[in-house]
Amino acid sequence: MSATQNPKQDMRYAQAVSEALRDAMQADDSVILLGEDIGAAGGSFKATRGLQEAFGPERVRDTPISESSIVSAAVGAALTGLKPVVEIMFMDFITLSMDALVNQAAKARFMFGGQGSVPMVLRTPHGGGLSAGPQHSQCLEAWLAHIPGLKVVCPSTPQDAYSLLRASINDPDPVIFVEHKGLYARKGPVDTGETARIGQARIVRPGQHVTVVSYGATVATSVQAAQQMAGEGIEVEVIDLRSIQPWDRAAVLASLARTHRMVVVHEAVRDFGVGAEIVATVMEAGFDELDAPVLRVGAPFMPAPFATSLEQGYAIHVETIVRAIRQTL
Amino acid sequence: MSTKRKTPPDGEQQERLLALWRTMTLVRQAELALVRLFADSEVPGFIHLSVGQEGISTGVASALQPQDTLATNHRGHGHVLARGMDLNGFFKEIMGRAGGLCQGRGGSMHVADLSLGILGANGIVGAGIPIALGSAIAHAVRRTEGVAVAFFGDGAMAEGVLHETLNMAALWKCPLLLVCENNGWSEFSPTSRQFAAQLEALSAAFGIAYQKVDGNEVLAVSDATRRAADAARSGSGPQVLECITQRVRGHYEGDPQKYRDAAEMGLAAEADPVQLARDTLLKQGCTEAQMQAEAAEIQARIEAAVAAARADALPPFDSALADVYTPEQAR
Repeated sequence: MSATQNPKQDMRYAQAVSEALRDAMQADDSVILLGEDIGAAGGSFKATRGLQEAFGPERVRDTPISESSIVSAAVGAALTGLKPVVEIMFMDFITLSMDALVNQAAKARFMFGGQGSVPMVLRTPHGGGLSAGPQHSQCLEAWLAHIPGLKVVCPSTPQDAYSLLRASINDPDPVIFVEHKGLYARKGPVDTGETARIGQARIVRPGQHVTVVSYGATVATSVQAAQQMAGEGIEVEVIDLRSIQPWDRAAVLASLARTHRMVVVHEAVRDFGVGAEIVATVMEAGFDELDAPVLRVGAPFMPAPFATSLEQGYAIHVETIVRAIRQTL
Repeated sequence: MSTKRKTPPDGEQQERLLALWRTMTLVRQAELALVRLFADSEVPGFIHLSVGQEGISTGVASALQPQDTLATNHRGHGHVLARGMDLNGFFKEIMGRAGGLCQGRGGSMHVADLSLGILGANGIVGAGIPIALGSAIAHAVRRTEGVAVAFFGDGAMAEGVLHETLNMAALWKCPLLLVCENNGWSEFSPTSRQFAAQLEALSAAFGIAYQKVDGNEVLAVSDATRRAADAARSGSGPQVLECITQRVRGHYEGDPQKYRDAAEMGLAAEADPVQLARDTLLKQGCTEAQMQAEAAEIQARIEAAVAAARADALPPFDSALADVYTPEQAR
């Protein structure tokens, strides 16, 4: 459903995040922001620029470097009538917030017998490409998708950054909103009247020969691979999951029923990753549709390295995806 | 500050102590009922009892207002009962029944009643402290004039979240009341071997007001809480209340406590807050018969709650499975 009362405007992904926060705060006094350097400094990646000026330091709160207690505080605030949005500067730092996420936010609704919910959002950027090294480049979303009670959203476009962030803030349950550092500067059209539903995938590019399932920054890489294959007469359907918990099983299985071949692509380490879950589901629910083994493309099983040359080896490239697609044909 | 206040007339003071004694007796007798139920395998899992610490839960709760919130810990039965948790819902929860306040999904370590501002007991030591910080932030942002209370034991002083919370609460002058129940034990080890600092000095380092009180004197706890809550409520920022007490039973029920010596355990049992209040009331003119009758009435309520729990259904699995996320119709 899209109520397009607003004209589309081109904006960068980071600006779309910022506009979503601004509009959510304008619409609802209970939305507050917490995070390190999000106020006066406007955020490490400028996703909260200008918001403290607009809404004041009480609602846009610069916190000390205390990732553990900031996220726990968001849980307490959410249980006391607010809708907090926390920024954790790099996804790697959620390691310090795991009790708050895993034991508190995820379980409060369930273990209190559904008395209330925890309407909080944790925004955090993942991903490499900046030579940020082993502790500032990781994609840890699979950890969180494994925890019952959490939702995990990974937008790949400025439009989704806007619409899915609004949906995440409106969601009564805790949502981990995973942005990608490499996408912040990416421009695209945004209609602020367009709504999105968490758990609904999108066919980015239709095709009848192979399905590529991806999310986040590797969606664009997958589309490039599809374009290259189109030159050879192979039509690749690219599906952007948009959220990995919940993920759109129906859309993936429906695509498989059309193409009978599938590759799952993500930037995160391949082993025990999101791809494993998708492949296992396809084996269980779509086995009869398969004409070839489902393949996974992901980072090799190693920490994200620093040197540009090493990071090149670690990253997901168009050629890697093309190679996997060819293997399924 | 308190010395400037008029001392209430004797009758009023006695009524107040009698009311506190009733609450402490409820907590004590409810936990002793749990001891028997646990021994008879009617309570699944494990429980942590606050026997000997009732002066703190009761004293603090007596000074709170309806809009206030609290986050408690694994030893939280007293905090929630003193706050007014429904006795039937409490026993049903701890006995794993469908009608439990948390529908049998949390048990002793996760009892909660959001309608009373109880944001949950907690299975992770210290985890309630930053949750209470966030609740205090919400009180401030929403102008509720509420105060958030974090109950924690001395074992939690070594958790990093306490230190982070002291810092943020001080920076932002949050309406947060940090209540440390210092019983000298960090699970199975003496706190003196676990924590190198003192809470008073730690509070001072952050410029946070600190009071130390005998946790077994329920009136003293109540008065100190009122002073601290008033200050937090009126914008003076966070307050630390350290209540010295004893842990009469083990870390968990059934703990053989081989790490404690008999003399220390004897002393712990002697400094009984319920007995202290009772002795004072008897001196002030309450009769033995009156107090026995009141205790019997409380016991009857507890036994009725236990009977109701026994009669209650076991929680259905499907509705638990369907309630991990907020259902569409509840949005």
